[in-house]
Amino acid sequence: MDVVNALAQGLLLGGLYALFACGLSVVFGVMRIVNLAHGDLAIVAAFCAFVTLSATSLPLWLVAVVTVPVFSVVGYLTQRLLLQRSLQSGPLATLLVTFGLSVVIQNLLLELFSADTRTLDAGSFATSALEVGDVSLSYVGITGLVLAVGSIVAIQLFLSRTSSGRIMRATSDDPQTAALVGADARRVYGIASAIAFATVAMAGIVMAIRSSFDPSLGPAQLLFAFEAVVIGGLGSLWGTLLGGLALGVVQSLVAVADPSSSVLAGHLLFLLVLAFRPQGLVPARAS
Amino acid sequence: MSAVLQVHDLDVHHGQLRAVSGLDLELDAGGKVAVIGANGAGKTTLLRCLAGALPASSGRVLLDGEDVTELPAHRRVRRGVALVPEGRRLFPSLTVEENLLTGRNAGRSGSWDLAAVYELFDWMPERRRQPSGSLSGGQQQAVAIGRALMTNPRVLMLDELSLGLAPVVVRRIYETLPRIVAEGCAVLLVEQDVSQAMAVADHVHCLLEGRTTLAGPPSQLDRAAVEAAYFGLAEA
Amino acid sequence: MSAGVPAVSRSGRSTRPTSVVGAVLLLVLVALPFLVYEDVTSSLVSLFVLIVIASMWNLLAGFGGLVSVGQQAFIGVGAYTVVALADAGVPPYLGVLMAAVTAAALALPTSFLAFRLRGDYFAVGTWVIAEVYRLVLVKIDSLGGPSGRSLTGMNDVDATMRAAFTYWLALGVAVVSVATCFWLLRGRIGLALTAVRDDEVAARASGVDVTRAKRVMYLVSAAGCGAAGGVLVVDALSVQPNAIFSVQWSASMIFIVVIGGIGYLEGPIVGAIVYFLLQQVLADAGSWYLVLLGCVAILVATRLPRGLWGTVHDRWGLSLFPVDYRVTRAPAAEPCPAVRT
Ligand SMILES: Nc1ncnc2c1ncn2[C@@H]1O[C@H](COP(=O)(O)OP(=O)(O)O)[C@@H](O)[C@H]1O
Ligand SMILES: [Mg+2]
Repeated sequence: MDVVNALAQGLLLGGLYALFACGLSVVFGVMRIVNLAHGDLAIVAAFCAFVTLSATSLPLWLVAVVTVPVFSVVGYLTQRLLLQRSLQSGPLATLLVTFGLSVVIQNLLLELFSADTRTLDAGSFATSALEVGDVSLSYVGITGLVLAVGSIVAIQLFLSRTSSGRIMRATSDDPQTAALVGADARRVYGIASAIAFATVAMAGIVMAIRSSFDPSLGPAQLLFAFEAVVIGGLGSLWGTLLGGLALGVVQSLVAVADPSSSVLAGHLLFLLVLAFRPQGLVPARAS
Repeated sequence: MSAVLQVHDLDVHHGQLRAVSGLDLELDAGGKVAVIGANGAGKTTLLRCLAGALPASSGRVLLDGEDVTELPAHRRVRRGVALVPEGRRLFPSLTVEENLLTGRNAGRSGSWDLAAVYELFDWMPERRRQPSGSLSGGQQQAVAIGRALMTNPRVLMLDELSLGLAPVVVRRIYETLPRIVAEGCAVLLVEQDVSQAMAVADHVHCLLEGRTTLAGPPSQLDRAAVEAAYFGLAEA
Repeated sequence: MSAGVPAVSRSGRSTRPTSVVGAVLLLVLVALPFLVYEDVTSSLVSLFVLIVIASMWNLLAGFGGLVSVGQQAFIGVGAYTVVALADAGVPPYLGVLMAAVTAAALALPTSFLAFRLRGDYFAVGTWVIAEVYRLVLVKIDSLGGPSGRSLTGMNDVDATMRAAFTYWLALGVAVVSVATCFWLLRGRIGLALTAVRDDEVAARASGVDVTRAKRVMYLVSAAGCGAAGGVLVVDALSVQPNAIFSVQWSASMIFIVVIGGIGYLEGPIVGAIVYFLLQQVLADAGSWYLVLLGCVAILVATRLPRGLWGTVHDRWGLSLFPVDYRVTRAPAAEPCPAVRT
């Protein structure tokens, strides 16, 4: 069954998109900004893992486990040292800064690593799959989906159960009043950024195991992540998961008929949602 | 008694507009000072500046004798200055209890905790899981006060508690003030209703166009002088 | 409120000399193909294209508040319009005009989708839309599919003449673009957008049709980018979809405007010249050039948010194109707090 298989592959792909998207969703929810370098950061993570892997004899899983927290620290620092400044200079500045960052990252990677495509060598893990009937679900794909769901559950728990999460929601509602109860917006934004960097690093590494990558792939990942957020509905993490899955499934199903149209079909789904259901599949709770 | 909060020659601007000018004020521990004045007199601007939400253009704000003029809002609340903002400003995506808990973020210990707030407002426990937007105006005001109390402030500032509330509700909220002061916290409140303010406070401060036009204990102020100072009718 | 009587003026200090110098400069530029070698004029074509697309982006972002990362959609549409019309026998120079019209025509329905998104989401949304245009166009086999096409109908033109005509075309498009921005911003739309920039809520409340003004900006900006795309294809004699629809065009527009000074008509021109010179100097540096440019843009956006021209403007009140109403308020003698009722 081609269609059933395509559906299953689409869900796995969509899981990866959701993993790309959840950080974008969090940052937009808290700071109302989109980091245009989001996709490029995933590629940076992939190259970091690639370099570490070739320079050391560490196993891939360990490299990944180290890269992710390192990225969250880098995310916190990027926010505090670079983006916070631009947040204060008005709404244009953050876009310009993150767009500049995106161009810098892409071209730096190009100079350092050339335009050659690479893959992260994950040995048998990359090639083995779970066979369910006629459908074969790759372990890498399953990992992506599980990480997406896991990340979203973790972020939700963080937001609803911890005091930092509570203050993050308060800051998202009303930063001035949040300051009156002691919230330091810079710290809150730093944490949101750390979450985004950590999840996008995971996504980048999973993507790099799944398929080959090169320095130019960042923007496409940003667009898919963005589409997942909008399709799902702004301000809802579960919506983002659903949006990612919908995007993956549509791309995958269309690819059965015409592989060259699959990305276009995803974009069209996004435009359809924009035209007919601008609040997204799962609208955020009305306040 | 020693002064908890001292304000010297304070100026606050909104852009070009000087909304507070040359203001002096003292607040003793356990004291209740009311700032009165017409709409646009600069009362909110004053409180927001004292809370650190607006920068002072000149002048000094001292807390327990220490200069806090340059401290931003989130650090000032950690030193014990809490503001219940005009219009309540609860966090709409948080429940009642979560709104209260945000006050813990100030990191101050003291007698105010969830249990104490729930004892002060006995209807609140039932509603603690509700989204804050589902409450009535008076209940929201109570949550806003509770949230500020949860920071265990030395100075509690209340901006127009009665705004948009029915008189009975206002009275019930004011009835809680003595309890709050009894816990050792000074209160600086802004009120448009002059008789309400005169009844509650032990010191009244009248603002007109950002300047103090009259100040003193309510017992020593006569009605006509207050009215003149309030509306700027004659020279006070 | 009784602040000193405000005086509203439009002419900057340097307006009059500007017209004289401008006229002379224009004459020299027009005569340039007779004065210098072809390589000079041909590199100026790319400068003019940069000025056009940057002015259009400035119109959108600096005045309309619409930060787009998808204007390459209309550059591509313009280029392909010229190619398609040339197949039908329309001379490419005329085709450039049609390119502008086509781009504006497609921008109208596009705007209804894109305007559903605000702020940063608008930016990424327009980028997606540009990708859609690219992916749809590469499906049209007669336009060369993914590998692109060459332009027909230019073979019978003598090479020297062609270079001169292309130069004049580019110059013409650049002059018309800058003049259009100037004219638009002096008119009612400019006023409306200035009001919006200062206070959107108040502007809406006072009956300014903000969305309409923004839509006009969007259409004009698409037309300009369409014409620029037309010039590019006439200059290169071929079109390649990935290049013409590249987000790199957005990067150029954005960097030029940010560095030159966003919200000033002079900004894109100053920025384009700086960008162009850097490009010439760093031609051998490869990608490092873009790394450097990105860093400069980040620095300017955070440290010098008004860009080069804005800084000049602030310091010396210099303005070549007086479009903004400058309100000079005499300082009030006494502080005069307004009383709200
Ligand atoms: N955010 C602001 N921007 C500009 N002016 C303001 C702002 N807030 C208040 N004002 C002005 O400052 C003055 C004092 O306002 P406010 O402090 O709110 O007065 P009150 O609380 O006594 O009614 C008024 O003239 C008001 O118009
Ligand atoms: Mg007020």
